[in-house]
Amino acid sequence: MKALIPVVATWLLALLVPPVAAGAQPGLNSSATAGGPSQESLGRPQGPPVHAVLASPPNVPPPVHRNYPARVIVDLEVREVEKEISEGVRYTFWTFGGTVPGSFIRVRQGDTVEFHLKNHPNSKMPHNIDLHGVVGPGGGAASSFTAPGHESQFTFTALHQGIYVYHCATSPVGMHIANGMYGLMLVEPPEGLPAVDHEYYVMQGDFYTVGKYREKGLQPFDMQKAIDEKPTYVLFNGSEGALVGDRALTAKVGEKIRLFVGNGGPNLVSSFHVIGEIFDKVWFEGGTSYQEHVQTTLIPAGGAIIAEFHTVVPGSFVIVDHSIFRAFNKGALAILRVDGPENKAVYSGKEVDSTYLGDKAGSLQAVSAVAAATEKGTPTLAQQIAAGQALFNGTCSVCHQPTGQGLEGVFPPLAKSDFLMSDLKRAIGILLNGLTGAVTVNGKTFNSVMPPMSQLNDDEIANILSYVRNSWGNQDGAVSSADVAAVRKSTQRPAGAAQ
Amino acid sequence: MTTDGTGMACKALAVVGWLLCTAAATAADRVPVPGGEFTPVIAPGPNAKTVTIASFDLDRRPVTNAEFLSFVRASPQWRRDRIPALLADQSYLAHWSGPQTLGPSAEPEQPVTHVSWFAARAYCAAQNARLPTWYEWEYTAAADGTHRDARQDPAWRERILGWYAVSAARKVPPVGQGAPNVYGIQDLHGVVWEWVEDFGGLMVSGDSRTQGDPDKLQFCGAGALSTDNREDYPILMRVAFLSSLEARFTTSSLGFRCAAGNTP
Repeated sequence: MKALIPVVATWLLALLVPPVAAGAQPGLNSSATAGGPSQESLGRPQGPPVHAVLASPPNVPPPVHRNYPARVIVDLEVREVEKEISEGVRYTFWTFGGTVPGSFIRVRQGDTVEFHLKNHPNSKMPHNIDLHGVVGPGGGAASSFTAPGHESQFTFTALHQGIYVYHCATSPVGMHIANGMYGLMLVEPPEGLPAVDHEYYVMQGDFYTVGKYREKGLQPFDMQKAIDEKPTYVLFNGSEGALVGDRALTAKVGEKIRLFVGNGGPNLVSSFHVIGEIFDKVWFEGGTSYQEHVQTTLIPAGGAIIAEFHTVVPGSFVIVDHSIFRAFNKGALAILRVDGPENKAVYSGKEVDSTYLGDKAGSLQAVSAVAAATEKGTPTLAQQIAAGQALFNGTCSVCHQPTGQGLEGVFPPLAKSDFLMSDLKRAIGILLNGLTGAVTVNGKTFNSVMPPMSQLNDDEIANILSYVRNSWGNQDGAVSSADVAAVRKSTQRPAGAAQ
Repeated sequence: MTTDGTGMACKALAVVGWLLCTAAATAADRVPVPGGEFTPVIAPGPNAKTVTIASFDLDRRPVTNAEFLSFVRASPQWRRDRIPALLADQSYLAHWSGPQTLGPSAEPEQPVTHVSWFAARAYCAAQNARLPTWYEWEYTAAADGTHRDARQDPAWRERILGWYAVSAARKVPPVGQGAPNVYGIQDLHGVVWEWVEDFGGLMVSGDSRTQGDPDKLQFCGAGALSTDNREDYPILMRVAFLSSLEARFTTSSLGFRCAAGNTP
């Protein structure tokens, strides 16, 4: 395989040449990349200088569409900006282009890039740039050290194709990176990249604040946490809200998506995963080889990948660092919203969900106890609550959390929930029939999906509701099986739910 | 160290005599700093860790817009419309509304910023003074309200870092608001960066990661930056800032104060 790939092998060739056998590594064209091509072999820049179009995340500049190398002028402005890192939490980010990650730079292999680094007059700090796509000392850092209100210029040839991280390398380097000073530069192969329906730009970073996660106010950088590698936040595109809600990435069913994903670090390695998708191809480490049918791909700090996949079914696909506490407890969550018709052949939605106890049966003793009592018609509220707790922990706590707190912005709280407590019939109906769309709970809007709990019988629903309506500060009487039966009788099960 | 006599008097007269005190403070309100042995963040040489600081005097507060305005009026060659490009870049005093007017973006009691090293030196010379050296500045700035060297105190570091976290786009506070340190000197942290006489000798490589490169010893007189002590980084950031400058550069958060005595 290796021998078959000619010296000029590129991504495109790597794309076109299929692997000879399942599991084979296509395009490990070491000879082509050893030391990289010479500038001469790529051709001299032609035509008038071109100004690079930069794009702010999650957007990617348009393809280069040039079949010759040019002199490309890149103007990148460093700005120190105070912005929200999380709701009500402010942070002074140091940025390339005003955003985290910085502006996306797109050039063609062989281009001569005239780089202008401008440090905004309002900056407090000097800054520079190390572009991993540059062959030269410091990747340009030594030539771009720039005081506030000044500009540096240096020029390089983009010898290697690939997707490259750039970052600030001013002392203390880790602090400049931790404040958001990183971004991506794509060096297209001479032939360009195959057309896709969407290209998106996502970059992970870890952040260290003096205050705790979601502690409000302007939060200074915490050097000790950074040294200890204990981030307060792990984020995609620099804030918790960057890629959710109205700002989610979007696509339609049947489209092809290319993600350029970088990891600025400064410390963590990313286990990048899109829940409910499988990458058709991942150009791991941003190189010319790709792997197919990838679930989770590793992105080193200071590294990047290209991932391609196509959408088959609609829904919200959650993008996470699969070091999963980072996703649910430090903010490493983004959403890809895919609209279009269902494809039940590929994915049915929930059809059956019946109880399976396995060796957990012992832990559900309380459930058996109440079941026996119910048969005699005499469960006590305490019995119901004990049984409800066991069921809740197995069925509901994954989303609503073991203490009923929910997850801010994603899963509504049950503890002291006005929505839960104000209407018992509605609560029963939601367990029976599910709930889709916006609801307001304790003044906050949640817009997500709860599937119908069709696997639960009337007794079990009564017990769960008796538990949640008498826990964590909630107080109410028992919910009876008859209450549930009445709602079951008077409402319609959704399609696909077990009756 | 002694109490801050002027500060006490000003407090006592806070309501009626504020202007009087301010006026008194503007005329070279310089405070004696007793010398001593000091371990700077940048080792003075390959085999040396400490330097001896001789006693000197240092301005209590950074030079203000009002003070610099009177200098420019007395020495019009330093007006922004007359200064040669060799001695100051385009943004020299750019926040003033005119060559001899402060205007709304430059309050009299704010520290003067947008000044070049040449201009700062000329100002000090006109007061029969000089810019402090880096070691003098660092030595004095290591103090807090009670200790001459508070650098191991997390509170001291956090105050400095708190300033780094504030965007420079926010308004520069007026001088004299900061708590006096043990010498009675104010605003060494938390207001502006400050020029020093020998900033050009503070060579941090443009690419800070090469600071352990032995080649640097050949031309970096101060030797390679020692980052052994991670608590030093608030000061190292100041070194990094100063080393990004040329003598004609000016920035929106860079001012100065003068020193006297023990001319190096």
